[in-house]
Amino acid sequence: MNVLRKIVPAPLMSLTLLLLWVALARSTSPGQILIGLVLAFGVPPLTTGLRLKNVRLRAPLVLMRFVLTVAVDVVTSNAEIAWGIVAGRWRQPRPAFVTVPLELRDPAGLAALAVVTTIVPGTVWTELALDRSALLLHVWDVGDESAFVARFKHRYERPLREIFE
Amino acid sequence: MNEMPGWEQIAAAGLLIASGILVVISSIGVLRLPDFFRRMHPPALAYTLGSWTVTLAAMLTTETGPVAHLLLIPLLLAITVPVTTVLLARVALFRRRAARSGDTPPPVTAPAVTLNEQPMAER
Repeated sequence: MNVLRKIVPAPLMSLTLLLLWVALARSTSPGQILIGLVLAFGVPPLTTGLRLKNVRLRAPLVLMRFVLTVAVDVVTSNAEIAWGIVAGRWRQPRPAFVTVPLELRDPAGLAALAVVTTIVPGTVWTELALDRSALLLHVWDVGDESAFVARFKHRYERPLREIFE
Repeated sequence: MNEMPGWEQIAAAGLLIASGILVVISSIGVLRLPDFFRRMHPPALAYTLGSWTVTLAAMLTTETGPVAHLLLIPLLLAITVPVTTVLLARVALFRRRAARSGDTPPPVTAPAVTLNEQPMAER
């Protein structure tokens, strides 16, 4: 068991890399599987320092609803930003830096939050406090800052806490 | 492909046009917006909805073989783009602080904690 742990320190990552390679190569020929195996065994030992420990996903239902929330927000924010650029002459957006106090501490959860803020147009992750107690975002258009913070915490932080903590 | 276009072709054409419009607007934004942090927002149109629409169009028009692997394009973009976006934002912030630019926010820290009380390595 210990030897196996050493050869395959992150089984899920190894499996994902192998499947990813085969899917991208669109072939299950022995050569492609060999390259996939090289990745599966070669990459995890090289990324030991980067890998998060003890990541557990809880609340699958919350996770599914969260993905849906993000998908909806991506579409609506796309329309919002596109309109803001096209109609910017008539109605200037009000960009601002916004500090969001955070309760989420789990590194994987914070990584997911970073992905979400980048994926949803209109917010850019700019800085995380050293003790992870606050997050600085650059926001495309802020009307009411406290309303934005409340919405951000309710829509993204709360479900992520349920999933990762 | 000489016969009448099926609904897949029509839907794919619509998706490709939508994607084109999004990318054009996104580049207009990058070109015209007045400052760096505002310019960070428009590219999101290209790598989110812009890439999803192209991917869906490709899935609709693929005639034989599997199509699910095409979803890897927007998914891998979603995982990799934040790395460079956050790096760019950090660099811009540090440069502005170093230049003492007026509208740059100070570092975010917890109000009650002073600098030397903070744990050195949080991992």
